[in-house]
Amino acid sequence: MVLNDKDQTIINVTWHGRGGQGAVTAAMILAEAAYIDGYRGVTAAPFFGVERRGAPITATTRFSRTPIRTLTPTAKAEVVVVLDERLMQVVDVLGGLKADGLLILNSSNPPEKFCADRDIAVATSDANSIAEEIGLVVAGTVLINTSLLGAFSKASGLVSMESLEKAIRKNFNPKAAQLNFRGAQLTYEATRTNRVWHLPVRQN
Amino acid sequence: MGAKLSRVQVIAAYPITPQSKIPETLVKYVESGELGAEFIRVESEHSALTVCISASTVGARVFTATSANGLAYMHEQLHWAAGARLPIVMALANRGLGAPWTIFNDMQDSISQRDTGWMQIYCRDNQEILDSILMGYKISEQVHVPMMVCFDGFVLSHTVMPVEIPEQEQVDAFLPPYVPHLQVDGPEPININPVMLAEPRANAQGVACPSYMGFRMRLQETLEKAGEVIAKVGGEFGKIFGRSYDCLLWEYKTEEADTILLTMGSLTNEASLAVDMLREKGHKTGVVGLRVFRPFPAQQLRQALSGAKQVVIFDKNISYGNEGATCTETKAALFEGGLRPSIANYIVGLGGKPVAASDLEGATLEFLGMKGRVNGPQWLGISV
Repeated sequence: MVLNDKDQTIINVTWHGRGGQGAVTAAMILAEAAYIDGYRGVTAAPFFGVERRGAPITATTRFSRTPIRTLTPTAKAEVVVVLDERLMQVVDVLGGLKADGLLILNSSNPPEKFCADRDIAVATSDANSIAEEIGLVVAGTVLINTSLLGAFSKASGLVSMESLEKAIRKNFNPKAAQLNFRGAQLTYEATRTNRVWHLPVRQN
Repeated sequence: MGAKLSRVQVIAAYPITPQSKIPETLVKYVESGELGAEFIRVESEHSALTVCISASTVGARVFTATSANGLAYMHEQLHWAAGARLPIVMALANRGLGAPWTIFNDMQDSISQRDTGWMQIYCRDNQEILDSILMGYKISEQVHVPMMVCFDGFVLSHTVMPVEIPEQEQVDAFLPPYVPHLQVDGPEPININPVMLAEPRANAQGVACPSYMGFRMRLQETLEKAGEVIAKVGGEFGKIFGRSYDCLLWEYKTEEADTILLTMGSLTNEASLAVDMLREKGHKTGVVGLRVFRPFPAQQLRQALSGAKQVVIFDKNISYGNEGATCTETKAALFEGGLRPSIANYIVGLGGKPVAASDLEGATLEFLGMKGRVNGPQWLGISV
């Protein structure tokens, strides 16, 4: 779909993760990548509040071809990214996804295993195994937040890997950036989808 | 970042959510040597502002930042800073006050400090925060009155968005080093705190010096003229940086609008979306977003509202027992000009309650349906 300069379409992305998984960081890097990609309006925010390690948390990214004039929390997103598939049982993840939206999961399961009763597109990628294999581990924690940016790029087609690479390099030292981008690349390649998803065209 | 670019010399601040990131970032700049300032660690906000007052008194460019209860704790010293005519610039991440406890956004904190003599500017987005800090020093150092740069806590303070960061050389050209207008410990040392009496009194040289009220009158006279300085500096800023602030309020589609939504801070963005939605339904609406609250831009407001038949005022604060502060002040400004539009006052977003464009649209439609004056403030979206 071609977005022109007058296009006020906002792409809302909601991130679900656990405190410490880096969902907020991923939301911010995606915003930066979208800006590099040419979107003039971008915002990223954590769910405003207090967070604890391990507890379910959310963060949001918004991007648009024109400046964004809303700062209120996202109610229904075009894309939802879940960093821990077990959150599907504790949080109403699908409640925050539009009926024709895209769900991206960090999972070793095929996409067909999720939400077969809905019209949504589902993408899965086993970011955990990839991150572990390449040594994207800090203090015993496997880091999958930046890897899932690769799954986002592949499944949504909204932000290029070139822009993601630039955004990742701006946020980490050269060595860490290399590792994080490698994770994103491999996760991109390993992403499987139940069908091709396009950003739905809506009448303003 | 604004404080760094302004080359502040002394920083004193005490952490409080959602402001904490500001002192944390500044400490890093100071520790890494990127910013040649003194960061003075204090045990409270009261001390933070006291340090700023002392450093500013002896001629340093100073910065502090706080929120909510921290600002309330500074209250006594806020009066002192303004009374002593010190050009302090403070970043204020607006947050509601306890009890009950909240860490989230509303404007009760800064509105409660309305009468301390400080100038107050409210920002729509993060670019405006940075720009307002830079302009803040230029304005404050001209009029010798401190300034609060207010912005919605979390809504702006914790949202990442693109911000153009000016080059240091550009900022240096716009904002030269601070030259204090008097030197406490100079060749002729001065005493800055004799107790003032109610009547003018001669000093040691036999020259009649102003009374307490004389000082107060001068502060008021300065603030009455400060609006012009704010707009002038905003215009100069625009010439250098390409973003003009030569206005005390923002207008959106106000031409030929019979209904105006009046907002302050980041809510002005949502209001502009609400107006787009209302116009699609055939309602001639517009937005007036207050940028400056002190000095109050009464004249500009009268002009902007002169064609309005209805004004819907949204306040993220309330003066208990009356109504929202911007509503009261707007009514007073309109009375002076003999303007009598129908006015509704909606109290919104207290303690971080989200306010979407559709909420503002709904409130406006509700008011238009009432066709008349509404008694007392309405609470938007509250069922319990």
